[in-house]
Amino acid sequence: MMTTISAFLASKGIYLLTLILLSLGVAGIIVCNNYMKKLICMNIMQVAVIFFFLCFGQKDGGTIPVAVDGLVKAADYINPLPHGLMLTAIVVSLGTTGVGLSLLFRIMEKYGTIEEDDLIKREKKF
Amino acid sequence: MMDFMALELRPLFAVLVSLIAACLIYSLGESIRPNAREGITITAAILKIVLVYSMIPAVLEGREISLEVFPVVKGVSFAFNVDPAGMVFACVASTLWILTSFYSIGYMRGHGEKNQTGYYAAFAMCLSAATGLCFAANLLTFFIFYEVLTVATYPLVVHYRDEEGTRSGRKYLAYTLISGQIFFAAMVVVYAVAGTLDFTPGGFLTSEMLPMPWALVIFFMMIGAGIVKAGVMPLHSWLPAAMVAPTPVSALLHAVAVVKAGAFCTLRVVLYVFGPGLAKSCGGSDILAWMAVFTILVSSLIAMRKTNLKARLAFSTVGQLSYIVLGICILTPFSTAGALYHIVAHAFMKITLFMAAGAIFVTTHKKDITEIVGLGRRMPVTMMAFTVASFGIAGFPFFVGFVSKANIIFGAVEMGRPIYVATLIASALLALGYLMPVVLVAFKKNIVNPEFMERGEANLCMLIPLVITACISIILGVAPNIGLHLFDMSLMAGNSIFTPLM
Amino acid sequence: MMQNLPVLIIVTPLCSALLCLLLTLINKHFGRAVVVIATAASLVMSVIQLKSVIEDGVIHYAIGNYAPPFGIELVIDSLNALIIVVIALIGFMTVLFAENFGDKRPVVKGGANAILALLITGLLGMTSTGDMFNLYVFLEITSLSAYCLIALGGSKGVVSAYRYMLVGTVAATFYLLGIGILYSATGTLNMGDLATILNEGGFDEVMLVSMSFLIVAFGIKMALFPFHGWQPSAYTHAEPGTRPLITGVMGKIPALAMFRFFFCIYGTDFIYVRYLLVLLGIFSVLGMLYGSIMAMAQNDIRKMLAYSSVAQIGYISLGFAIGTPVALAGSFLHMMGHAFMKGGLFFCTGAIRYKFGTTDLNEFGRIYKKMPITSGLLVIASLSMIGIPPTAGFFSKWYLALGAAGRHEWIYIAVLVISSLLNAVYFFRLIEKVFIQSSKGLKDRWSKGELELPLTIILPVVVCFLAILGIGVFNVKLFDILMLTLEGVGL
Repeated sequence: MMTTISAFLASKGIYLLTLILLSLGVAGIIVCNNYMKKLICMNIMQVAVIFFFLCFGQKDGGTIPVAVDGLVKAADYINPLPHGLMLTAIVVSLGTTGVGLSLLFRIMEKYGTIEEDDLIKREKKF
Repeated sequence: MMDFMALELRPLFAVLVSLIAACLIYSLGESIRPNAREGITITAAILKIVLVYSMIPAVLEGREISLEVFPVVKGVSFAFNVDPAGMVFACVASTLWILTSFYSIGYMRGHGEKNQTGYYAAFAMCLSAATGLCFAANLLTFFIFYEVLTVATYPLVVHYRDEEGTRSGRKYLAYTLISGQIFFAAMVVVYAVAGTLDFTPGGFLTSEMLPMPWALVIFFMMIGAGIVKAGVMPLHSWLPAAMVAPTPVSALLHAVAVVKAGAFCTLRVVLYVFGPGLAKSCGGSDILAWMAVFTILVSSLIAMRKTNLKARLAFSTVGQLSYIVLGICILTPFSTAGALYHIVAHAFMKITLFMAAGAIFVTTHKKDITEIVGLGRRMPVTMMAFTVASFGIAGFPFFVGFVSKANIIFGAVEMGRPIYVATLIASALLALGYLMPVVLVAFKKNIVNPEFMERGEANLCMLIPLVITACISIILGVAPNIGLHLFDMSLMAGNSIFTPLM
Repeated sequence: MMQNLPVLIIVTPLCSALLCLLLTLINKHFGRAVVVIATAASLVMSVIQLKSVIEDGVIHYAIGNYAPPFGIELVIDSLNALIIVVIALIGFMTVLFAENFGDKRPVVKGGANAILALLITGLLGMTSTGDMFNLYVFLEITSLSAYCLIALGGSKGVVSAYRYMLVGTVAATFYLLGIGILYSATGTLNMGDLATILNEGGFDEVMLVSMSFLIVAFGIKMALFPFHGWQPSAYTHAEPGTRPLITGVMGKIPALAMFRFFFCIYGTDFIYVRYLLVLLGIFSVLGMLYGSIMAMAQNDIRKMLAYSSVAQIGYISLGFAIGTPVALAGSFLHMMGHAFMKGGLFFCTGAIRYKFGTTDLNEFGRIYKKMPITSGLLVIASLSMIGIPPTAGFFSKWYLALGAAGRHEWIYIAVLVISSLLNAVYFFRLIEKVFIQSSKGLKDRWSKGELELPLTIILPVVVCFLAILGIGVFNVKLFDILMLTLEGVGL
């Protein structure tokens, strides 16, 4: 019994952790009242997906995709494409965070708060 | 080089003429003088009348005038097909447009109305749509014009832009748009089962395509659009409400375009889509006939209780339109011809009545029957015309109303339906009951109303059209076929529908 | 030149966006000029591209000559060639229109123009691409620029933009997760390649899981009921000058992507797609009713139109739910028609705001006297929304209903009818306000010149007017073009 569980965790456990991270992120966006915290949760969610890509890009016995003398088979290298994709995704996530932060800055400037329920009250005044 | 005078193109031009007029009036209206603006209307009306009349000989010879303009949706063309039935309605609409145009000029100026540009533009638009639906060769083309007519009438109903007008406008839209959308749904189903939408004399639907309960459902979904506009009870209540509009509009609504379009829609659906066979076997035509009978009797009774002249005429229209519906539902060649001819007859009679009511309103500002005691002294010509039209509505021999009613009665006798005959005769008496008081009150000798001592008719722009229509009501009553051979065309239409069956 | 059209259409606005800010610093007119020229060029090229697609069939373009499925591929078939023309046209007009609104400071203005150009780039890219990950990148370009443009619309705009950003990022992340699952199972990112691999069978679970993520992702992005929560306030408070593009086009491109995934990649033979279509049908029906009812309750024209968009997206997804080629064609006709209707109505709203400074329906009394052209578009667009012939809305409804009748989905026909009647209620209310209600004596802020408004506002209004009628009258031509792609797709 224990061996099956540990075998499962060893092979797929990382996906479970990613899933928990993703759920934490989504739940945080829904639950948190503070907009800054929501932004942080959004980042956690994005990072979870990045982990997911990186995990399935792994390969037993593969090395980083940089040409090494003597290793010529495809099986010797891990697939570089997910990493490439995630580089883009990280850039996008950075951009989103940037936009989010500047929006938060504006909200703070105009409303004086970034707590959601205060904001809803003040929004009605405009 | 295209032959621009080709017979085939004329229905298209007849539609376009008033459409272009509407656009011109709307875009130039405010920047040109009123005379020039009305000039556009009159020119278009004359052009249209010429175009429509020029097609009569070909129709009488039984030639097909059909034109496919372009595919309007996949599988269905925007097509015109001039047949006798459509021709009858087109003749009426185009003839009366020119008369109402002159009358409108007199009325609108005499009454100092606002927003005249929009009024004339919408009026021309309505006529364009009415002509289009006369000549439409298939249901979809028909529906396009039908909806355009609905929308184009709306600005006319709300012409005064006041509270009451807005309310009537909403009511009008609610009735017509809902029924129009239901018609649309039914049309989609018909296309899905039949694969065609072309009007065929005798109908293109069969009981194999639409099994029994569905046939009745689709029948009423389609007929609904027709009977709403035709004001068959219990769907009539927009019509009296729409009386808030200026009188020429009421005349247009009641006599020329809108309610007749409803009656015409009923005709097309019953006889050209379902056909007599299916309409009878699904039971739709009988139910509809009973609705018409009910409407004829009840509306006459309501009309008697109305003291507002226009309201009384409105309920009279509700009743008279049901004659047409009844004539269609009796399903014999004669009754169909009678129904079609009643479109003509009722148009001329009712427009005379409305024009007279409008003339009275503009000259004396009286709307109520109780206020016009002794009016005959002041406006004898107008009241004479009114009297003539009243006799016509009641169906006296030698008036145009007689011809159509007699044919409907022939049909009813042929089918062995004494109740319909009795209804028609009773309603003639009821019509006398609600129109004669007006005449009698106006010509009362022994009471002299000081207001009406001096003779003073409405201005000529209004007087001449109403005298003309009154004369036509007599002439067509004596010789139904004179001039445009309208009666022959009605008979042709009736026979074309029922010949394949016999 | 000719064979590089697909990529040039996307790259031209992108370059202009980058150049715009720089040039604005030199002279405030240069920046805008470069965006205008670039979008105009894009428009011209998209028309040429459409012509060549119709004549010669689908264009496959490998970016940088890396052969697909390894390189990024742009696939232009007749369907997205048409949509690209619509995007480019509305984009171009919005760039012209936006000049009259917003912050007058040159740097802000230049930035807004640059972001607008980026939004156009993103939309064009999303439509053209044949690569799943590339679609994600363009989706994010679109979304990020949309957040910025919405945030430019004042205090409420900032909050709406922030909320949209949170929800939008969830959508994008879910999309990424969905394609990650697909990629991990098949090892390809190319859509065509993926379709081939998936159809070999054995991927049912993978497809199901990824599909659930993709529904949510596209649902949020296209504001499909019940994922529409962000949409009304974002549409309402977006920067007035750019609102036509955001409202008219932005919601529809994810719908196109959804179509690509569910119909072209998964295919309707996949049993879960059938279930999905039923679900989509339920969403659409509820959305059509909910959007229309909410729209009736609004007094602000912007909010009314925003809710009406929820309903109109329902029409588009209803076509997907019906799923026959005819209904799909109806959906895409509606997509194009509605882009011009909603875009046009927001051009009108902007025009009224520019002239009278109000968006409150109750103050619109008889403005038609002062702005006849705008009111003309208002009427035509409203009639088209209701579906009165011969406007575009009627014909898309016709094809949708015909498709529904073909599959005996009577409820969908009934809902189409009810929804158009509900539309009639609030659009005739709008017409009543504009034409009948007594004048509130609003102050005219623009009285110079012969025209009722500046040319850059009149031009989009007139173009939308003609486009709505044109799509209506020539719908068979468009239908035939769409059918080149849609024939054989779907049920």
